[in-house]
Amino acid sequence: MSSNAITIPDLDAEAKPWVDVLHEWITTVDHKRLGLLYIGYALVFLLMGGSEALIIRIQLMHSHNEFVSPQVFNRMFTMHGTTMIFFVAMPILFGFGNYLVPLMIGARDMAFPRLNAFSFWLSAFGGLLLYFSFLGGPGLYGAGSAPDVGWWSYAPLGARAFSPGHSSDYWTLSLLVSGFGSIGTAINIVATILCLRCPGMKLNRMPLLAWLNLVMAGMVLIAITPLSAAQIMLLIDRYLGGHFFDAQAGGSAVLWMHFFWIFGHPEVYVLIIPCFAFMSEIIPVFSRKPIFGYPVMVAATICIAFVSLSVWAHHMFTVGMNSYANSFFTITTMVVGVPTGIKIFNWIGTMWGGRIQFKTPMLFSIGFLFQFLIAGLTGIMMAAAPFDWQLSLSYFVVAHFHYVIVGGILFALFAAFYYWYPKMTGRMLGERLGKLHFWLFLIGFHLTFDVMHVPGLLGMPRRIYTYEPGRGWDTLNFIVSIGAFIQAIGILVFVWNLIISYFRGDRAGNDPWDAWTLEWSTSSPPAAYNFATLPVVASRRPLWDLKHPEDPDSQYE
Amino acid sequence: MQNSQRSDLEHAVDEGASHTRVRQRKMRRSRNTITTALHSVLFLLCSIGSAAAVDFSSTAPTSIFSPQSTPAKSIFDLSMFVLAITGIVFAVVFSLLVYSILKFRAGSAKADREPAQVYGSTQIELAWTIIPILIVVVLFLATARVLHAVQDAAMPANAIEVTAIGHQFWWEYRYPQLGVVTANELHIPVSDPAHPTPTFLKLLSADTDHSFWVPELAGKTDLIPNHPNRMWMDPQRTGIFVGQCAQYCGTQHAKMLLRVSVDTPEDFAEWVREQRQPAIADERVAAGKWVFETTACINCHSINGTAANGRFGPDLTHLMSRTTIAAGAALNTPDNLRLWIQNPEAIKRGSLMPAMQLSKSDADALVSYLETLR
Repeated sequence: MSSNAITIPDLDAEAKPWVDVLHEWITTVDHKRLGLLYIGYALVFLLMGGSEALIIRIQLMHSHNEFVSPQVFNRMFTMHGTTMIFFVAMPILFGFGNYLVPLMIGARDMAFPRLNAFSFWLSAFGGLLLYFSFLGGPGLYGAGSAPDVGWWSYAPLGARAFSPGHSSDYWTLSLLVSGFGSIGTAINIVATILCLRCPGMKLNRMPLLAWLNLVMAGMVLIAITPLSAAQIMLLIDRYLGGHFFDAQAGGSAVLWMHFFWIFGHPEVYVLIIPCFAFMSEIIPVFSRKPIFGYPVMVAATICIAFVSLSVWAHHMFTVGMNSYANSFFTITTMVVGVPTGIKIFNWIGTMWGGRIQFKTPMLFSIGFLFQFLIAGLTGIMMAAAPFDWQLSLSYFVVAHFHYVIVGGILFALFAAFYYWYPKMTGRMLGERLGKLHFWLFLIGFHLTFDVMHVPGLLGMPRRIYTYEPGRGWDTLNFIVSIGAFIQAIGILVFVWNLIISYFRGDRAGNDPWDAWTLEWSTSSPPAAYNFATLPVVASRRPLWDLKHPEDPDSQYE
Repeated sequence: MQNSQRSDLEHAVDEGASHTRVRQRKMRRSRNTITTALHSVLFLLCSIGSAAAVDFSSTAPTSIFSPQSTPAKSIFDLSMFVLAITGIVFAVVFSLLVYSILKFRAGSAKADREPAQVYGSTQIELAWTIIPILIVVVLFLATARVLHAVQDAAMPANAIEVTAIGHQFWWEYRYPQLGVVTANELHIPVSDPAHPTPTFLKLLSADTDHSFWVPELAGKTDLIPNHPNRMWMDPQRTGIFVGQCAQYCGTQHAKMLLRVSVDTPEDFAEWVREQRQPAIADERVAAGKWVFETTACINCHSINGTAANGRFGPDLTHLMSRTTIAAGAALNTPDNLRLWIQNPEAIKRGSLMPAMQLSKSDADALVSYLETLR
């Protein structure tokens, strides 16, 4: 245990020329700087993907609206989905993982710092490739610019016959390149956690965040590989005369769906498991109690990871699999609900009997719990295959997965921002702006995504650029769009808070939340080497032991 | 013949929806902000739940909660069961959450003592593992029953067989038993529950993936190239049922509308008889027919008894027996026909129908000719 014992001479006393600063950031191999790069890069894409969502919502405000053309609308939802999954959610979670994992396991950096930098720049390059399609997509064909095939690019829509020009190629290459980046980061996280834990930190003393990132990284290795394989096959189809997905020549459109969802469903858990990790760190601290049922939380996570590898075809109940396959994917999907339920109950168990402090991170965490509960239950509805024959491909599904991604993942991320921003910058995020952000975003979220379930139940399919009047969808869509704008205002408040607090926020000190994990034992922001002397731990909550020498956790574990 | 009340085109006013008013709650600056939060969440959930259940299912022509056919009814019953169970789970967990948030919030005075540190409880954790497992078993068994009943239903000998072929962005229907070919508007007979005459659809695609979804009649099933699928329905009420393509298929996915006319057995037999007639050859519109046969129209369209036998576009032999054109994007009126021929982008931007760029006199003649194709 150490709280940064060495005082280093203040090298930053003289402002460096900006080129030097830029050079430092570009060539950095420090896990903290790379983490921040991931996060900053993802925030930029969040604003872009969010703008695309607003264009979609303006278009759908009423029936037969002509705000944008069908071609532009189709590009917007394709880019929105691809951006949000691959260039917002993935990098931002990798960013937090990169930043926090070494600090929480008492390591000085990731296992492979240069691989870490390489992975980040691959991902960043992937994002640029995707957006370059706006310029390069037409190619010599004068075809449409950005990809308009949906973020699944279902075969044969992604074939050259239906997607001429290069827009699909930019999509394919960007996912391929950033996919390699993801694999690099995943290998790095696994190696770091397995090899670089500080003395005393046995696997069963690791913070849950490290455990869950380990599981997440393992899933990335399994999930990204089929996606990359499918992208390579698609390239072969498009340029080398292959017929993997070409139904006219004996290939199979359904094959693409399987490849995509063998990636796509584990991907959902790749995104949500790190958010479970945030919850498992934040809820205990603000309830002033240790996590309820640590071993069960680890077991449930591993269970989710395994089961989630066998549920992918619940995205395909409408493609005409036989009833045995449909039954199989029904039961596996429902089974995922059991370990997920255990997690929710254990978080409630953590709060039960605690002394809950409603700081902004905890507000977002409570939002997460409510919304993730609902998202899970609508998921159970769609797991019932016949029910899914009505719900699938409708706005109900869109509402469901936005409940997971916005109501779950984004709320957890906001909680993480408010919780760890002091560690990353040395300044607290403004609490008043934080509360304003929370309420605006909560109201906007529920206005948008609660209401969005209903048009789905009333037969509104997804991915339509306009709809017919007289179906009972107009008012609902109008409310949904209003909610989207309230969320956008909430996001702007958040971004403003990030900027203003960096300059004027209260000084955070090492441990503003009176927390228990190792990252709070070092300075804020931590020095390049993280810990002056490597900490030694004896329990899951080393700082609790330090603060309560009369009643340390190590007695009970 | 057309039930205008249910028609999606004529019925432009969006009533019913006005019932969801999301009231603005004034956020009081109270110490108890969490309670306010819970209230607003609860309020929203309730308003949405009631809105969905009461207001809309009766007015929306495509609600999944007003089933008119056995597969849709089976799904509806299952969905009510699943909603009930998930509703109970929601109520229980929601209450636990609300209770723990309200009960265990820190007082205003900063507590100097930490609460009791509890690390877990094997019994409790076992309980909330086993109970969900039992719920999952029950849900699965209920689901499997409906799944099997709907998906594996045998086709009776008297079933009407229709091959539905999805195209960018329209529907082709072929009745192999009856020798009928038509497009975009599916006619099927009503089914008497005592003596069912279900319709079985064989689903094919000519290009990309599509999905056939008329919510009141059945769940959706995809049309995938080189992957024939099957679905069935036995509507028990006559009338027009609408829906639309549900699987994103390209630029005009949104205007690939479905229109199913459920006819009495007599009306259906009459419709079949008319559809089997060759195209009317009226000498008065020979000029229009000549335009049709000498331009690119025949590359894509068929008219029985003429030189036109294209397969890329809808069969026009009995064009005027249909209420809509462009897969439901516009009403089948002479003005719309002319617009569709001369400037399809005005009706359905990005459709594969080319602008024919005919002279005014040719266009007049062609529309007059098409008008005779009853």
